[in-house]
Amino acid sequence: MAEKLRLAVFKFASCDGCQLSLLDCEDELLAIADAVEIAFFLEARSQQLAGPYDVGLVEGSITTEHDLARIQEVRKSCKTLVTIGACATTGGIQALRNWANVDEFIQQVYAHPEYIATLKTSTPASQHVKVDFELHGCPISKLQLVETLSALVRGKKPQTPSHSVCVECKKRGTVCVAVAQGIPCLGPLTQAGCGDLHMNRGAICPACNRECFGCFGPQEQVNGQSLMNHYQEQGAKPLHLVQLSRSFTGYAPPFRATSEALESGEEAP
Amino acid sequence: MNADSQPEERTIEVKAISRVEGEGKLYVKLQGESIEQVQLSIYEPPRFFESFLRGRQVHEVPDITARICGICPVAYQMSSCHALEKALGIAISPEIRLLRRLLYCGEWIESHCLHIYLLHAPDFLGYESGISMAVDHREAVERGLAMKKIGNQLVEILGGRAVHPINVTVGGFYRAPSVRDLKALLPRLEWGLEAALETVRWVSRFEFPDFPVPYELVSLKHPDEYPLSDGNVFSSAGLDVPVEEYETHFQETQLPHSTALYSARTPGDAFYLAGPLARLNNCYEQLLPTSKRALEESGLRFPLTNNFHSIVARAVEVVFAFEEAIRIVHSYQAELTPSRIPYEIRQGEGCHATEAPRGLLYHRYRIGEDPLIAEAKIVPPTAQNQGQIEADLREYLRQLLSLDDAAIAQKSEHMIRNYDPCISCATHFLQLTVDRGQDPASPKSE
Ligand code: SF4
Ligand code: SF4
Repeated sequence: MAEKLRLAVFKFASCDGCQLSLLDCEDELLAIADAVEIAFFLEARSQQLAGPYDVGLVEGSITTEHDLARIQEVRKSCKTLVTIGACATTGGIQALRNWANVDEFIQQVYAHPEYIATLKTSTPASQHVKVDFELHGCPISKLQLVETLSALVRGKKPQTPSHSVCVECKKRGTVCVAVAQGIPCLGPLTQAGCGDLHMNRGAICPACNRECFGCFGPQEQVNGQSLMNHYQEQGAKPLHLVQLSRSFTGYAPPFRATSEALESGEEAP
Repeated sequence: MNADSQPEERTIEVKAISRVEGEGKLYVKLQGESIEQVQLSIYEPPRFFESFLRGRQVHEVPDITARICGICPVAYQMSSCHALEKALGIAISPEIRLLRRLLYCGEWIESHCLHIYLLHAPDFLGYESGISMAVDHREAVERGLAMKKIGNQLVEILGGRAVHPINVTVGGFYRAPSVRDLKALLPRLEWGLEAALETVRWVSRFEFPDFPVPYELVSLKHPDEYPLSDGNVFSSAGLDVPVEEYETHFQETQLPHSTALYSARTPGDAFYLAGPLARLNNCYEQLLPTSKRALEESGLRFPLTNNFHSIVARAVEVVFAFEEAIRIVHSYQAELTPSRIPYEIRQGEGCHATEAPRGLLYHRYRIGEDPLIAEAKIVPPTAQNQGQIEADLREYLRQLLSLDDAAIAQKSEHMIRNYDPCISCATHFLQLTVDRGQDPASPKSE
C-alpha cells in the first residue's frame, strides 16, 4: 500500500472555527481519516506524531514572539503549507490592533499589563514564510477544504473561485442590496466562496438582506476606492466605510489600502 | 540515592492539552505526598476583543463577537444582541425570542455532540481520539457525527451558516427562516431525539471515577424554561439575582501565579462551577418530559457533584435540545414578521447573560453619544470555570499520587476535559512572562 499522506493541523491566534470546519465534515471525516494520516491535530487527537508532514494546515495569525519562531518550525516540517481562513491568510479580526495602540489595548483589559507578551501586530503566515496555498474565509468553506485535501491527495493544485461575490448573487438571483436598498456592500470587491457554489447557494449575506462584509477576503485586482467614492456619493459616512472594509480581512492589502485612503480623506483619481 | 533525602520531587507537564478548543498547558509540581503547585496555563495569545469593539457600530457587534469562538459563536451573538437590545431599549417579540432559542438548540447539539463523541468519550473507553475510537466503535461515532450535523443544519437554516452565522442581528434576524425549511428538518430532529436518548444510555454505562466535590453551582435560572437565552443568575449557595447584578457578585482577578484571569465570587473569592452539570442541578425541574425521563433513567442521583458525570449531563441536554427544537419547530406556523424590530441607535448601557454550551456567558456594553460602542465587557465560560478546574485538579491529584507520571498527566487531562474548556473563547486569557531563574515552575520553562 502506498504511504498515506501525512497531515498536520497547527493553530495560531484564532477562534478555532477553521479547524472546526474539518471536524464539521461529518459525512467525510471518517473517510478523510482513512485516506490521510492525521499525524498532528491537537484539537482532535492526543496522539502527536513528529514531522516531517506532507501537508500542514495553518489556522490563525502571528501575534507573539513565540509564534513568530513557531511558524518557521512549522514551515520547515511541512512539504506543502496551506493557510486556512482569514486569520492565517490576512491577520484576521485581531489585526484590528495593527491600526491601534496595542499598549493602550492591554491597559484597557488587564490589571497587570506588564505580564502581557504580545506583538504590536497580527500578521498572516505569508508575511513570514512561504505559503503554498491559501484558503480564504472567516470561516473557510468546508467544501473548499474537502476539495483542497482531495486535490492534494491526488497531487493536484486545488481549485477555488477567483470571481466576486456579485457574480454569485447574479447566479442565485439575489436582488442587489446595494442597488435596491442602498446598503453599502463589499460584494464587488470580495472573493466568492462563502456559500455552496455547486448548489447555487453562493453569497449568503445578500441573500439574507444584508451587506457582504468581506469575510472571504478581497479579490486580487480591485479598485476599492472607486466603490467607496460611489457609496459616499450615496450618503455613506466615511467612518462607516472604513469600518466596513476593516473587519475580518481588513489587513489584506486591497482592503487595507481602501480603508487607509478613506481615513486620510484621499479622493480616488 | 541520598538516604536523608527530602521526599522525592516530581514535576509533570502536559505541554499541550489536546482535544480541547484553544491552547493550554498544565504544570504540576509534587513533593512526595504534597501537591506543591498546579497550574493550568492558557497560552492562547490575547486577541483584545473588548478593546477593539470600542468605536465600532452597534450592528457590527454580534458579527465580531462571534469570532471569539468558532465552537459557540451563537452564544456570543445571543449574549451581545440581548445586551445591546437592553442598552437601546428594544423589546423583541416572543416569536423572535423563540427562534433564538431554536438557534441556540442547534448550537448546543453541535457543540455537545462534538465534545461527547470526539473529545471526551475516548477518555472513558481508552482511546487517544474519536478517530481511533471509531475503529472499534464506528456505529457510535457515526451516530455522534450525524447528530452533530443536524445541530449544524439547524444553525445554518436560522443563521445562514454553521460557523459564524450571518443572519443574526440586534433586534432579531436579517431574514426570517422559511416555514418549509424548518418543517423539513422535523424528521431529522425526531431521529436525533432517539439518537440522543441512545447517547444517554451509552455514556451512562461508562465507568466514572469516584470524585464528589461540594461545588457552588452557578447558572441562569428561569421560572418556566430550561435556561438558554435568559434567566436570573442563580447559585446553589443561595444567590438568585437579575443579571444586572452579576458584577456585584462575581469578579475577575489576575492571580500572581497564573497566566489567566479568574472569575470568582465576591466577597471571598471562592471559585464555582458553571456549565451542564450546574444547569442540571439548578434547573432539572424545567427539563421537558423526555429529557427528564432520560435523566432519571441515566441513574444519576441529585445532587450531581461528580464532574466526571458531566458527559451524561451533556447527553441529557442534547435530548433536551432536540425535544425543545421539535416543540419550537411545530409552533412555527407562519413566517416571522417583522424578522427584526426596528430601532434608533442611541446612547445607553445594557448587560445580559446566556447559557453557552460550556456555561454562563456575560456581556455588558455601553453605547456612547457618537453613538458607537464606548465600552465592552465579556466574561466567557472558561474564565468562570478556570479557578475551579485547578481546584479540582489539586483534589484529584491526591487520588493519583501512586501512578507514574504519564498516567497522572493523562488522568489530569481527562479531568480537565470534564469541563469542555474552550480556551480560545477565553478572550482575555494571557501569556505570563516569568523569570525562570527565580521560578523554576514557570510554565514557560520548556
Ligand atoms: S478565520 Fe475566522 S473562523 Fe477562521 S479561525 Fe480566524 S476568526 Fe475563526
Ligand atoms: S461577508 Fe461576504 S463573503 Fe462573507 S459570508 Fe457574507 S457574503 Fe459571503
